[in-house]
Order: sequence, then C-alpha cells, then structure tokens
Amino acid sequence: MPGSLRRGKNSVTILQFFLWSLLKIIVVTVVMLMSVAYTVLLERKLVGRIQNRWGPSRVGPFGLLQPLVDGAKSFLKEDIIPTSVYRPLYLLAPIIALTCALVSIGVVPFGSPAVTGPGGFHIFEISDVNIGLLLILGITSMSVYGVALAGWSSNNKYSLLGSLRASAQLVSYELALGLSLVGVVLSSGTLNLREIVEHQATHGLLTWNLFGGLQFVAFFIYLTAAYAETNRSPFDLPEAESELVAGYHTEYSSMKFAMFFMAEYANMINVGCVATLIFLGGWTSPFGDLIPMPQNIVFRSLLPIFWFVLKVFSFLFLYVWVRGTLPRFRYDQLMNFGWRYLMPLAILNIVATSLWVAYK
Amino acid sequence: MHLILFILFAGICLAGAVNLLLQTHPINSALSLIVVMTSLAVLYLQLGAEFLAAAQVIVYAGAIMVLFTFVVMLLNAGREERTRGSRAAVVVGFPAVAVLLAVATTVVQHTPKLGTSTFGDTMSNQPGATNLEVLSGVLFTKLLLPFEVTSVLILVAILGSVALARFGHGEKGAGE
Amino acid sequence: MNADSIQFFQQEVPLSWYLLLSAVLFALGVVGFLIKRNLITVFMSIELMLNAVNLSFVTFAHQWHAVKGQIFVFFVMVVAAAEAAVGLAIIIAVFRARSTLAVDRIDLMKL
Repeated sequence: MPGSLRRGKNSVTILQFFLWSLLKIIVVTVVMLMSVAYTVLLERKLVGRIQNRWGPSRVGPFGLLQPLVDGAKSFLKEDIIPTSVYRPLYLLAPIIALTCALVSIGVVPFGSPAVTGPGGFHIFEISDVNIGLLLILGITSMSVYGVALAGWSSNNKYSLLGSLRASAQLVSYELALGLSLVGVVLSSGTLNLREIVEHQATHGLLTWNLFGGLQFVAFFIYLTAAYAETNRSPFDLPEAESELVAGYHTEYSSMKFAMFFMAEYANMINVGCVATLIFLGGWTSPFGDLIPMPQNIVFRSLLPIFWFVLKVFSFLFLYVWVRGTLPRFRYDQLMNFGWRYLMPLAILNIVATSLWVAYK
Repeated sequence: MHLILFILFAGICLAGAVNLLLQTHPINSALSLIVVMTSLAVLYLQLGAEFLAAAQVIVYAGAIMVLFTFVVMLLNAGREERTRGSRAAVVVGFPAVAVLLAVATTVVQHTPKLGTSTFGDTMSNQPGATNLEVLSGVLFTKLLLPFEVTSVLILVAILGSVALARFGHGEKGAGE
Repeated sequence: MNADSIQFFQQEVPLSWYLLLSAVLFALGVVGFLIKRNLITVFMSIELMLNAVNLSFVTFAHQWHAVKGQIFVFFVMVVAAAEAAVGLAIIIAVFRARSTLAVDRIDLMKL
C-alpha cells in the first residue's frame, strides 16, 4: 500500500491519489509505447551499421519518422483470420502478451524519490510495492501464456512446434533469471526496488551492485537469461524464419502480429529497466558525490531520469550489438546451456553471496 | 474502498469458478482457473499477505497452471461428452445448496470473535517490519526442518513425474 | 452520493465474508469433482479446493496476527505443485494406455 494512504486520509484524499495515479499511468504508458517504436528503429539502424550499410534513412531526418510509418503500415494491413483457428484464444493471446509486457513498468521507479508530489507520494514511480521484484518475476511468468495459447489456437503444426519450443525456452530461463537476482536481494536485504537502488547510492560507480557489490557473475547470468526470455539473438530460434516458418506467430497478421512484436520490444525495455535498477544503480549518477546536485528543482528531478534513461539505452545497445554479432543457438544446445550450466552457476552465485554476507 | 475492491475481486473469483464448471472444453476451464487464482492473489494482498500474493501468481498461476495448459494442449482430447444428468439432482440439489449456504452465513455472521479486516494489516507488533521480514524470520528459524523437507518432496515429485511420463518399453516413442 | 452511501463504501470488510467466499469456492470445487467427465477438469477442481482452503488460512492469519497461517499456505502451495506434477504425469500415462480422458471409460483395471 502506498505510504500516503497508510498515513491516513488527512494527507491526501482518495480522489487526488486516483487522479495523480491516472496521470502517471498515462504518461508512462505513452512514453513506453514511443520507446518501443523507437527501439525498433534503433535496432534496424544499429544492425545496419554493424552490417556496413545505412539503416532506414529515407523517412524524415536520419530515418526518425520511420516508426510512425511502420505503425501506419501495421494498422492498414489486411487482417486475415484463418477459419480453422480457435477464435477466443487466437484473439486473447496477443492481448495477454502485450498486457504482461506493459504492466511490469508499473513497479519500476525511474526517478529520484527526493522529489515528491503533493501529499508526499512519489512522482517518479507508479506504485511503491514492498515486493516489487517478485511482482516483475510473476508477470514475466504469466507471459508464457501468450506464446503457448498463440501456437495452440492457430491449429497449425508449425505454430504448435514453435510455441512449444518457445515456451520451454521461456520457462527454463525464467529460473536462471530469478536465481541471479537472489544474490542482490541477499546483499540489499529487501525486495523493494527503490530500496535496492538506495543501497547502491553511496559512492557512485563504485557501489553499484555490478562493481562494488561484486555481482558481476549474477549480471552476466541475468544478461544471458534475459536474452533467452525475450527470444532475442542468440536465442531466437522460435522466431527464426528459416527454421520454423515464423514460429508461434505464423498465422497472425497486421495488428495482432504488431502486438506480438511490440510485446517483445517492451519486454526488452522492461528487462533493461530491471537490470539498471538492480545492477547499475538505477537513477543515481556514476559520479556519486563528486558533482554536487544543483538546487534547482527542475534539474533535481530531470537529472536522475536522464541517468536512468542513459543506462537503459546502453543496455539496449548491448542487446542489439549481440544480435548483430553472434550466431544462433540450436535448440538442444540452448536447453543444455540453460539447465546444465546457467542454473548451477546461478546457485553457486547465491551460495558465494550468502557466504560473503555472513562474513560481513 | 476496501469494500469495492473485495466485491469486485470476489465477484471475478466466483465467476471464474462457476465458469470452470460450465465450460465443456478443458482449455477454457484451465483459463477460468487462472482467473480465479489471480483474483485470489489480489484478495491475499488485501489481507496483508504480500509475499503469498506474489507466490500465488508465480507458483500457482505462472507454473502449475502452465503445466495444466500444456497437458491439455498436448493431449488434445477435445470437448467432453454430455452424460445423462439426473432431474432429481437439479430439483433437490439447488434448494439444498441454498439452504446450506443460508445456514452457514447465519452461523458465521453471528460468531462474536470474528471481527472486521483492516486493509493490508502487518503481522508483527513493531511498526515498519514488512510482512516478508516476519514471514522469513519464522520460516528460516523455527520451521527450518519442514522447509528443507519440502525441497526433498519436490525432488521426489520431479523424479516421479519424469519416470511416469517418459515413453515405456514397447511404445512407439519420438526417440529418447 | 449522499453521506450514507459514502459511509457504506468506506467501511471495512467483515472477515466472515472472506470465509464465506472460501466455503463457496470449496463447494464449487467439490461439485466440479463430482460432475465433470474429463480427467483434467476433475484434477483442476482439486486445485480449486486447495485454493479455497488457502484463502481460509490467510483470513485467520489476518485475524489472529499469526504468521504461521501464512507459512502453512506456503507449504500447501508447495505440496500442490508437487501433486500437480505427479498427477499430470499419471494422466499422461493413462491417456497413452487408454487413448481417452473420459472418466466413465477408464473404469477397468485391465483393458
């Protein structure tokens, strides 16, 4: 429960709280959808540059209006629904995928909690939940349904095979993802995302969980598991066009296919946000206290957001860089790697971290 | 506020449970059960059990029901057939259920010791200790042995289900 | 929206309502177990019964401020997970042997 309501109704009325939350939700959702569109552009341009060609550069300056044109194209394409699909689940699956991808951003704090709104609640996060990290893991595990139901309802053997492979991959790497975060939880002592960032805020770069918190192994496990969770290279066998036609979204066209596409990129952004909060210090600046914080209220609220966005952007840059560089895993290599190497490594990391915490 | 949230999510819960019974195809029943479990998770949040709400979503709705969904999808047994219902069951059954429910309601409403709930109460006496801290404080100190025994239980269950579900000798398998 | 209805909406929920909801869910689970003809749906009714009992435990843990109620729910969830895994493996084995999931047809020990 948000702290303002627990302090009693005299600090802010329910209506005010409701309206402020609605405003925050609208702003964050709009920013999230725009980021998804521009992440697609980022990927296309970056992969193009890696392959020694320009990315999209005709529409608008440097191709910056390309996402708008892509959105218009997706909207206006003919929406084909094959007759033998199981309609309720066929229509439900992209909704589940996109909803789970967009909801996780609700517990992510993206700015400094020092700047508060009227009534004392945080402006820069939608909700401050004590178990924020567990909720993000829970929503990630619900997104398996989007993939599984899409493949089965399409009534097509390629879709079914693709969705089974994709769901098995998702479920296997979810374990490694969750276990890699336990080390950070042990050293911070809380599951609250805001408090985890505040534990890293003391000396700038050196106290981030990646460097000073000694969680670099956990960071690499998280990175690898995140690539597998979002079905991106080098783990993108379920959607590789040369392997399984198009996997679980073979039978989808126009807006429903665009929803799956958006869900994948929104998942990338979510994973990037969680990684910056947990390993890279969230909204704190890497210089720590060396550069004094300006007293102007506008700077004090915008500067942490700038650092947060910069870190998420560098994470996405790493994502696209890996996609353009590494070849694809085969399916049995993928499952072998997840269960026999990544999960024991994550458990070893937990044991090592708990010994370190007990020693301190 | 608490009342509105309770009525909304209890209604969703009951609707999902009734839908589980009314649907013929097991995949629809599985999806209704997922709806029931997530609305129960919200009810746990209202009763102050934050960790249990997250565990309900992660374990029950996100893992056990995925298992059910996969089995329904893979076995693909189709819609169930209608058997002959019994007229007596409907004529006697529904009024009997209504009477029993009325008796239970009266008894429970007039129990003096049950009070009202407070929205998201914390467990411990000290203010500021979260539900997670109190729960883990008891789970890892006083109840450590049952906790370790459950890990053995899960290991046994994994081995058992793998042994039961693999292709036996004499069956055509997909290569193993 | 007069003062009375605002008063009504701001009151807390009596705990007996949670217990009644749990009882109704349990009863629906029992009904499902008895009337459904598909093996997987029968198994899902069992899970519904377990969830109803979990709600009762959490309600009483809330009333008596005892965290052991919540810990018991945790153990019930673990046991339900183990039971679901083994039960579904058995259902798969039965389907392989009988090629049907209808409860009425799986009534003899030997084919």
